[in-house]
Amino acid sequence: MTIGRLRPFLPYILLAPGLAWLTVFFVVPMYTLARQSLNDGTLETGFRFAWEWANYSNVIDRYQEQFIRSFRYAGTATVLAFIIGYPLAYAIAFRGGRMKSYLLFLVVLPFFTTYLIRTLAWQTILSDQGDVLRTARDLGVLDVTDALGISQNGRVLATPTAVVMAITYNFLPFMVLPCYVSLERIDRRLIEAANDLYGGPVRAFARVVFPLSLPGVFAGSLLVFIPAVGDFINAEILGSPKTQMIGNVIQSRFLEVNDYPGAAALSFILMAAILGAVLVYTRLLGTEDLA
Amino acid sequence: MAVQARGASGAGNVAAAVLRFAARHVLTAYATLALVYLFLPIFVVVLFSFNDTEGRFNFVWQGFTLRHWGDPFKDPALRDSMLLSLRVAAISTAIATVLGTLVAFAMTRYKFVAAPAASLLILLPLTTPEIVLGASLLTLFLTLNVATGFTTIIIAHVMFNISYVVVTVRARLRSFDWTLEEAAMDLGANEFQTFRKVTLPLTFPGILAGALLAFALSLDDFVITLFNSGQEVTFPLYVWGAARTAAPPQINVIGSMILFVAIGGIVLSFLLQRRRA
Repeated sequence: MTIGRLRPFLPYILLAPGLAWLTVFFVVPMYTLARQSLNDGTLETGFRFAWEWANYSNVIDRYQEQFIRSFRYAGTATVLAFIIGYPLAYAIAFRGGRMKSYLLFLVVLPFFTTYLIRTLAWQTILSDQGDVLRTARDLGVLDVTDALGISQNGRVLATPTAVVMAITYNFLPFMVLPCYVSLERIDRRLIEAANDLYGGPVRAFARVVFPLSLPGVFAGSLLVFIPAVGDFINAEILGSPKTQMIGNVIQSRFLEVNDYPGAAALSFILMAAILGAVLVYTRLLGTEDLA
Repeated sequence: MAVQARGASGAGNVAAAVLRFAARHVLTAYATLALVYLFLPIFVVVLFSFNDTEGRFNFVWQGFTLRHWGDPFKDPALRDSMLLSLRVAAISTAIATVLGTLVAFAMTRYKFVAAPAASLLILLPLTTPEIVLGASLLTLFLTLNVATGFTTIIIAHVMFNISYVVVTVRARLRSFDWTLEEAAMDLGANEFQTFRKVTLPLTFPGILAGALLAFALSLDDFVITLFNSGQEVTFPLYVWGAARTAAPPQINVIGSMILFVAIGGIVLSFLLQRRRA
């Protein structure tokens, strides 16, 4: 049998093609991106490698606002996804009964339409001439939301509200599914025990159910936050120049202005900032050993 | 039960019961609202595929028509983009499924020194923002002076799909009973026969799940494709271009079709699972 002599190498032979693909088309590009971020020159004069660290300080100075906005929007969207998604996950896990798998199916079903089409649908829903806004206008709701700063001059499109709401929407299942998984895993006898020990429903939830579901909340918020920070589709379709996120900047510097070094530097700053935010969050929530 | 055990007074019981009733129904109502929020845009996508709109805008309801469903590919560019997307999805899924499944097998079946490093390499692309994945790959092609186009789209899609296939297949392989392989070998099967007749059929559902996920992700990918597509226009890129001017209702028709095909597939798998059980 020829395979006998190969046996010690077998796992490596199986791994090789897949990991080689990732090395060449994921790891090496990270290196070329890093090199690109330190180039000087323009598309016309040609780019030359020059340890040009000024690229980093330049883009930080110039796009600070968009960076801060991205983290604010993504943070808000993560909190909103938790507020909407956690009770939904809880209801499915504890009240779903035999319908559980069907209800979970309902949660992911909307995400089988193309991302862009879903986001365009929000454009339709929130458009100025649309039925939703017309009704809200007739009922005077828009005056209230204007006063609260949720809408601006009777418009929802092109406001931060529209962008944050659509980001929340587009990443909501990433919150619901992990929360559901950890809520579902909780041993129901622990809740009965809490009740037997005179913990009412509120205390049983606060002291038993919620702490035990923290790993799901932790995973869910990262799964929402990380793609949300880098997103530019929602800001592009539903926002205005005043709601531009860092993803919009990277996209346009790369593909429209052809400022490759600047866009590459922005990409690395984005990754570093995300890493920093995730580390702080992990420390705060203290779930390193739980997750 | 707990309420009765506590039973300090009748009034207390009633208050607790009321609280419980409220909590139960408030939660149900809240969860229902959340589901409505999830379905609102989908409802709009399907509804507006029947909108009797003449002009370039599809924002306001004008009345019901089946016209767009009768002629979903009115714009040849839309048809071409859909065909390209299906071709890209098929090819990249095939490659990513084979590569990813091999990796998943290696990682669950064997213990080896480089396992943690391999796991890290699989996980990193999943935690990198898509825009960075797309941009970095483009810098590679720029450095190598490779013109972006069909091949680079395939390369990109295989790259981000390998990790998803590995994660999906590995989750299913964890519950696989590897002693079945030994049993087959004890009965005289060699490695290849064992794999073909025992391992592959038993792990096929997991591999299929990975492949379907990869296909769906490839069909839907916009960001990474935008960076590496050159002159090629996939379906999401077509929608992007249309969105900047005016999105024709045919986009809603295709979007609804994709949704219905996905629902059909999932319902079918539910039914098959039930029959097997």
